Amino acid sequence: MQRIGVFVCWCGSNIAATVDVAKVVEAVRNEPGVCYAQDYQYMCSEAGQGLIKTAIKEHGLTGIVVCSCSPRMHEATFRKTAEAAGVNPYMVEIANIREHCSWIHKDKDEATEKAIILARAAIAKVNLNAPLQPGESAVVKRALVIGGGIAGLQSAIDIADAGYKVDIVEKSPTIGGKMAQLDKTFPTLDCAACILTPKMVEAAQHPNITLYTYSEVAEVKGFVGNFTVKIKKKARFVDETKCTGCAVCTEKCPSRKGLNEFNCGLNKRGAVYIPFAQAVPNVAVIDQTQCLHFKTGKCGICEKNCSAGAIKFDQQDEYLEEKYGAIVVATGFQITDVTKFDEFQYTKHPDVITSLELERIMNAAGPTKGTLLRMSNMEHPKDIVFIQCVGSRDNTARGKTYCSKICCMYTAKHAMLIREKYPDVNVHVFYIDVRTPGKNFDEFYRRAVEQYNVDYIKGMVGKVWENADGRLTVQASDLISNEQILLDTDMVVLAAAVEPSDGVKNIATMLTASIDTNNFLTEAHPKLRPVESPTAGVFLSGVCQGPKDIPETVSQAGAAAIKVVGLLAKDKLVTNPCTAGPDEMMCNGCSTCANVCPYGAIDYVDKEFRIPGGVEVRRVARVNGALCQGCGACTVACPSGAMDLKGFSNRQIMAEVDAICK
Amino acid sequence: MQKITGLAKKRILELLADGTVTKVLGWVPGDFCYDVTPAYFETAEEVEGMIYDSFCGANLSKYLINGCKTLEEGGKILVLLKPCDTYSFNQLLNEHRIDRDKIYVIGVGCKGMADIEKIKAQGVKGVTKIIDNGDTFEIKTIYGDKTVAKKDVLLEKCLSCKGKEHKAFDEVIDPEPETEQEIKDRFEKVKEVEAMTAEERYNFWSGELSKCIRCNACRNICPACSCMKCVFDNPRSGVASKANTDTFEEKMFHIIRAFHVAGRCTDCGECSRVCPQGIPLHLLNRKFIKDINEFYGDYQAGEEEGQRAPLVNFDFEDVEPSIVEEKGGN
Amino acid sequence: MQVNENNEVKKEFKPLIVAFCCNWCSYAGADLAGTSRLSYPADVKIIRVPCSCRVNPMFILKAFEKGADGVIMCGCHPGDCHYSTGNYYARRRMTLLFSMLDFLGVDRARTRVEWVSAAEGQKFALVMNDFAKKIHELGENVKLGDLRCKK
Repeated sequence: MQRIGVFVCWCGSNIAATVDVAKVVEAVRNEPGVCYAQDYQYMCSEAGQGLIKTAIKEHGLTGIVVCSCSPRMHEATFRKTAEAAGVNPYMVEIANIREHCSWIHKDKDEATEKAIILARAAIAKVNLNAPLQPGESAVVKRALVIGGGIAGLQSAIDIADAGYKVDIVEKSPTIGGKMAQLDKTFPTLDCAACILTPKMVEAAQHPNITLYTYSEVAEVKGFVGNFTVKIKKKARFVDETKCTGCAVCTEKCPSRKGLNEFNCGLNKRGAVYIPFAQAVPNVAVIDQTQCLHFKTGKCGICEKNCSAGAIKFDQQDEYLEEKYGAIVVATGFQITDVTKFDEFQYTKHPDVITSLELERIMNAAGPTKGTLLRMSNMEHPKDIVFIQCVGSRDNTARGKTYCSKICCMYTAKHAMLIREKYPDVNVHVFYIDVRTPGKNFDEFYRRAVEQYNVDYIKGMVGKVWENADGRLTVQASDLISNEQILLDTDMVVLAAAVEPSDGVKNIATMLTASIDTNNFLTEAHPKLRPVESPTAGVFLSGVCQGPKDIPETVSQAGAAAIKVVGLLAKDKLVTNPCTAGPDEMMCNGCSTCANVCPYGAIDYVDKEFRIPGGVEVRRVARVNGALCQGCGACTVACPSGAMDLKGFSNRQIMAEVDAICK
Repeated sequence: MQKITGLAKKRILELLADGTVTKVLGWVPGDFCYDVTPAYFETAEEVEGMIYDSFCGANLSKYLINGCKTLEEGGKILVLLKPCDTYSFNQLLNEHRIDRDKIYVIGVGCKGMADIEKIKAQGVKGVTKIIDNGDTFEIKTIYGDKTVAKKDVLLEKCLSCKGKEHKAFDEVIDPEPETEQEIKDRFEKVKEVEAMTAEERYNFWSGELSKCIRCNACRNICPACSCMKCVFDNPRSGVASKANTDTFEEKMFHIIRAFHVAGRCTDCGECSRVCPQGIPLHLLNRKFIKDINEFYGDYQAGEEEGQRAPLVNFDFEDVEPSIVEEKGGN
Repeated sequence: MQVNENNEVKKEFKPLIVAFCCNWCSYAGADLAGTSRLSYPADVKIIRVPCSCRVNPMFILKAFEKGADGVIMCGCHPGDCHYSTGNYYARRRMTLLFSMLDFLGVDRARTRVEWVSAAEGQKFALVMNDFAKKIHELGENVKLGDLRCKK
């Protein structure tokens, strides 16, 4: 039996004016378990808290009920008070007789009656409370960043600068990501490589950063502060430690059929290649599917020509395991598959390209050395049509419902750059809406329209077809003049939707991080915890969480980094003691609870139990207290009621229901 | 049916002899021929006593929970499952209650199972044997042979048969041709109750549920009700009770029971089949199934391994609880 | 209290309403209603739960068993759950439970789910006033307490 003290607060006249506090004290005095009851003007004051401490000592109280304001206000205060007097803080319950009673009722009898009932419910609950101890878990002071684009690099550099070790796992042979493929960036028109490559180099040379390029996360175990991650280093067939990046092999390679990924497949590369001149690490890689040595067993020209002896045809995939305290997901995006939108002729006509392909065509290191040319005949175009929202804001099954956010701005950039460099080229942009929120964004767009005379047409393109002369005709509707237009053009550029990278689903599953219907990772709270995943210790950086431009990505990357630093700075994590846990004697091991757990806090173990006449092995649920946040979803999903929540147990809530409905 | 029994026995003896399985879970007749009881067989002799006839409506999958638990090292249980039984089997697999590696499933063909109560209601007494003749059952009684139309005496679950396809098996024995059967809408009665006024519904259920004697037969037979310890037996659950001590409890018992199996119930109909008071308990389960299908899309528990039950799943665009009020009705 | 023609004292019906509120949104919404001094009937008694997904159908049935005239569950708006997905599960559970109660002939107006955010003190008071009014109109909940009554 508990020895419960009930303390009724007047809150000056806030409570006492509507609730007869003395009557409440009298009414609860004889409730089961109550051995002390008192009222006082301000329970939360120093003196009020002193009263509680004294009563605890004098009456040997084991449980405390404070009838006062909302627990959201002073529960923490009174828990500390109890703790200071040697009572477990979780033995305190609050009856909210201010916000839920005195402030909303006028009739004193009515309010007093309600206050008594609320006090009884709290007493009934405290009778079933049990002391709870917060757990502790150690923190591994090392972070993992998945993805080596601008988001991942920024997060990694920020964490590393704070003094913690960071590993970056990047699936492609070089870091840099999509930003490395861009020519110029809006709204300043500075060259992407000029601002990105120093960051790539900084990451590579940072003493706290280790790069695992051409690598993937293969397995994740553990929980916040203590993840164990298996990393797969795919075989490059080139010894990274020996390769000097001289590129002789790439020139000598007789295979010329591999599509150059960096140039969006617009030109070819050798089977052994370095993705681009500023690649980090500047190390070659052999494309096994193209290499004649792997296909025929012959060739080996690269090996003969490599003065460093770096070519290693017998290299195997390697696995390594590392422990991390925190993980940043920065897996970025890809362009949606535009072949689904074949009314635009993308698969049929080489002059229909995506915006990212245009970036490469405009770039000095691109397939045309930066000269704007039609890919069909390498001639100078006279007219270019841009089509916005290809797959974005599209409610059909092939499209995405969301706005890809960056297309309006990069199209304005393309239009402007083309008009600047080639004033003879007519540029038309078909759009649904032009969206330019952002610092200096609208000014930028206005410049394209007013200064560069880009022809913006509100309306969607229905169809594109090829003419007899090899040029293209665009059929569209102009929604402002409300007429159908046919427009002859040399090139069509599709602003295709951005979508999360293919691999993100797999990574989210490994991390038990949730993803939305579009495969974007979900944040722990859309407003208040936008860079954290609901899974503790997993943070979000960049487009994997939702479409965003470079400045936004960099801000989010920094925010994720500071969250990681905040976590790694702790030696120990204190875990919330109000967690779920199964009664193993009743647990069916049916996995229902794990299905509803938003934090992946539940797993199952085979455990031995003594039964009459021997031992039986049963599968039972196990809750990781470091991950459980105490929502209670599992407790209701559990058919046997084996799963219960400390602090809000079935019996406690039932007791409250009973007390209220008496 | 008769052919299946012979073939199944032959296969069982082979599998026992070559050591593939060590135990067989099947049916034996009880005191009466229709009083069929689940039983384990371990020897060829015992297998001789096994039957498989039109009274074998009982679903054997639930017995596998204990069977797997108490199985000797290296043993394997052979179980005979009718097509609809395999749904419960899959559901138990999904909930990790049974171990697939310890079980050998022979899917036996089923031509519809007879309900002895319906046969008795036709005035047929003293039944000693039942023979499936396609559209009819030939029933041997101590008063002579009778023939009844199959459609008149099928078990409730067979009237809305889920189909003759086994959803889990190691082998299937089903050499006999399919018989044409009219499939009844299983929600017919649910819709009928829904169409009543609230007062009528209340009276209907008061009448039915007040018959409950809390014998727990429904709970014990139910393949989904397989908890280590039922909330109604657990003094800490706040709802524990052995008998309906107050007027509300029988209702609470059946609502909670139906809720606990909602989304997991394969609609095998065993609860109603075994209720000694004849309460149409399956209507509660079918109401949940009907609601789930309407609100969240068609779902058949146990249809496949690894499916996610509707109550441990959600969609952002799910209907709001106010649908109950909006749908209106009486 | 009302006194009718025969001078019998008829006690005014005071409904008993149990409200389950999630800690992060609805309970805070109720606090805001209090802070804003927005009144609603004292018949409403609030039980705090961490999340709407903590509300077990057994609690609701228990409340009815013990004589509650109405039960309302409040949670964060879909999409705003503090635990990201809790209210989605709660939504399915309550939809099915209430539909079942309706199927058994229990007034569907005696059960309700409302999504109330921490900023919606006004909505909380409105909802509670409306719910209490409905329950008041329905009168005492005899059905649930006595389903076994034999005709």
